Amino acid sequence: MIESKDMVIDQSLPKYYLDHLRELEAEAIFVIREVVAQFEKPALLFSGGKDSIVLAHLAKKAFYPARIPFPLIHIDTGHNFPETISFRDQLVAQLGVQLIVGSVQESIDLGRAKEETGANASRNALQTITLLDTLEAHKIDAAMGGARRDEEKARAKERFFSHRDEFGQWDPKNQRPELWNLFNGRKQQGEHFRVFPISNWTEMDVWQYIKEENIALPSLYFSHERECILRDGVILANSAFIKLRADEQPQMMQVRYRTCGDMPITGAVISEADTLDKIIIEIATTRTTERGTRADDKRGETAMEDRKKAGYF
Amino acid sequence: MSNQILRFTTAGSVDDGKSTLIGRLLYDSKAIFQDQLEAVEASSKKKGFDYVDLSLLTDGLKSEREQGITIDVAYRYFATPKRKFIIADTPGHIQYTRNMVTGASTANLAIILIDARKGLVEQTHRHSFIASLLQIPHVVVCINKMDLVDYSEEVYHQIVADYQAFASKLEVKDVQFVPISALKGDNVVSRSENMPWYEGSTLLYHLENVHIASDYNHIDCRFPVQLVIRPHTHEHQDYRGYAGRIDGGVFKAGDEVKVLPSGFVSTIKSIELDGQPIEEAFAPMSVTMTLTDDIDISRGDMIARTNNQPEQSQDLEVMLCWMQQRALSPRTKVILKHTTKECVAMVKDIQYKVDINTLHKISDAGSLGMNDIGRVSIRSSQPVFFDAYKTNRQTGSVILIDEQTNETLAAGMIL
Repeated sequence: MIESKDMVIDQSLPKYYLDHLRELEAEAIFVIREVVAQFEKPALLFSGGKDSIVLAHLAKKAFYPARIPFPLIHIDTGHNFPETISFRDQLVAQLGVQLIVGSVQESIDLGRAKEETGANASRNALQTITLLDTLEAHKIDAAMGGARRDEEKARAKERFFSHRDEFGQWDPKNQRPELWNLFNGRKQQGEHFRVFPISNWTEMDVWQYIKEENIALPSLYFSHERECILRDGVILANSAFIKLRADEQPQMMQVRYRTCGDMPITGAVISEADTLDKIIIEIATTRTTERGTRADDKRGETAMEDRKKAGYF
Repeated sequence: MSNQILRFTTAGSVDDGKSTLIGRLLYDSKAIFQDQLEAVEASSKKKGFDYVDLSLLTDGLKSEREQGITIDVAYRYFATPKRKFIIADTPGHIQYTRNMVTGASTANLAIILIDARKGLVEQTHRHSFIASLLQIPHVVVCINKMDLVDYSEEVYHQIVADYQAFASKLEVKDVQFVPISALKGDNVVSRSENMPWYEGSTLLYHLENVHIASDYNHIDCRFPVQLVIRPHTHEHQDYRGYAGRIDGGVFKAGDEVKVLPSGFVSTIKSIELDGQPIEEAFAPMSVTMTLTDDIDISRGDMIARTNNQPEQSQDLEVMLCWMQQRALSPRTKVILKHTTKECVAMVKDIQYKVDINTLHKISDAGSLGMNDIGRVSIRSSQPVFFDAYKTNRQTGSVILIDEQTNETLAAGMIL
């Protein structure tokens, strides 16, 4: 016991307490179970990124020894890293869970979505159309995602249970208050919910948890050699999905990815970190945000807020 | 790395430096990234400031920036080698009560900011009353802007004395005082050289060390069943697991338990998660429990010990915070949500309304308007298994939902 003038502080660790990762895990599992209890047709939005991989891992724990009682939904832009797709298929087989794929190419072919043109064209915004169509086609009433509040300022205001109107839109000014752990998932016909079980996790929590639980990840998160270009301060993988400008010379770089989006918009970081331990050290000392490598967030100060209102992840 | 999480709310009125304080904590604890800082530096410059306005770090949505106000609770994160912190940053004006109650519901600690130049103001009373009503276990009163009163010991002690006199009317168990300057950084993360007369700890030191392990009830065993896990696989043919989160007490395999409402008595066969046995389960763990007897249990049921059970009633006396534009009048039908149970209920009567500035009871209120707090009597269509909010914040809390619009109408603390 340390006694200072006006406070008494007990520094001994108490018997009944959870460390931060176990408390976050317990909270996320409670939320995932609550979704299954409150909704008729939930699903997990699976991007192939580390956050949705952690979410799938938590879902497995929540229902063991039963299987995960909802499908994974992957919105395939056609511009994915090949590593993401093969990892996804392995994981789905291993968990014995149903996979639903929504294809952006199909939305384009059907005339539902229009491909962007120009040098920085991407399919990022088109995903929203395919996502909302897929949710509707499968009558999904609760779509769980791995978004975290520490990622971005618009996400800092997100609820665990986030109500969407019949057009899939988010109204940040009119959200339901969320009190204690009493989650209100009631809705009208045609409306749905987005649910974010790992809202309170930070990037560091995710990596520490991945290490503690020994969760497998796609290889692109670890340091590797790749042919890249430097465009507007972002290191992009050279692929068939980007149009090289006249002055751009692809070169081999030692890189890894901090997030996993589409190939043409996800920036890599120069890194030698090829193990989870090295990644954790790298993140502890890094001075830029995770989404700082995302070209999709660089389309203006409110790029995320605008997309979220429209129904984006 | 094994750290506890401390969840805290920050409450303050407009201009008392709340955003600057949060910015300071994030900045000094190095939770701010280079790209975020550059954005804030650029905005500060654009606004014509000759310093970096740390309060801009907590800027949120487009309409908030346009109007220069905060609309909703925002959550922020930082960590030190000792603890991980979750801040519920609640705005000081619009929808004030609703937002603060929301942020307070999950908090271990509340920071109440007082402007040293102004002393206690109406908002200080309101913040403190809500912290006490929501039973936030720890309160830190930060007397801010000490730099603007020449770091005066007298000013500090006067405010402390005023606050203590006021707080004696409330039920706050642990109150600490820290004189700070969020703008200059005095006593936030590092000790102030300007206030050698202050011998207490800095704000961050207190946040890192305040004893929070007993914030949960580890005595009265409560396990509301969330759902039943039945794998129906060859391997687990007859498996029946009860999934849920422990709301109180410590459960072990071999314990004799009673299931409510059926009243059946059985014994815990196992407590596990992901197939791994858990020796002792306590709040806020999420677990799966199996019993030795095959009895009918479903979502909304409560597992407790045979010799220690929650109260059981269809009549509840509740302190209610009304959060809806449309006022509450007696005989309003609602959906009541308590632990994992949901049922139709009626607010029968409004006993009194509290004037949250003076703490006076207004007995012939008639209705509760938006952001009003009052005592009501609720009749539920099914028995509720509850404890007083004072003894358990989980089994003592309810929310009310509109049957038609599905909106969350109110937060309630059972008396």
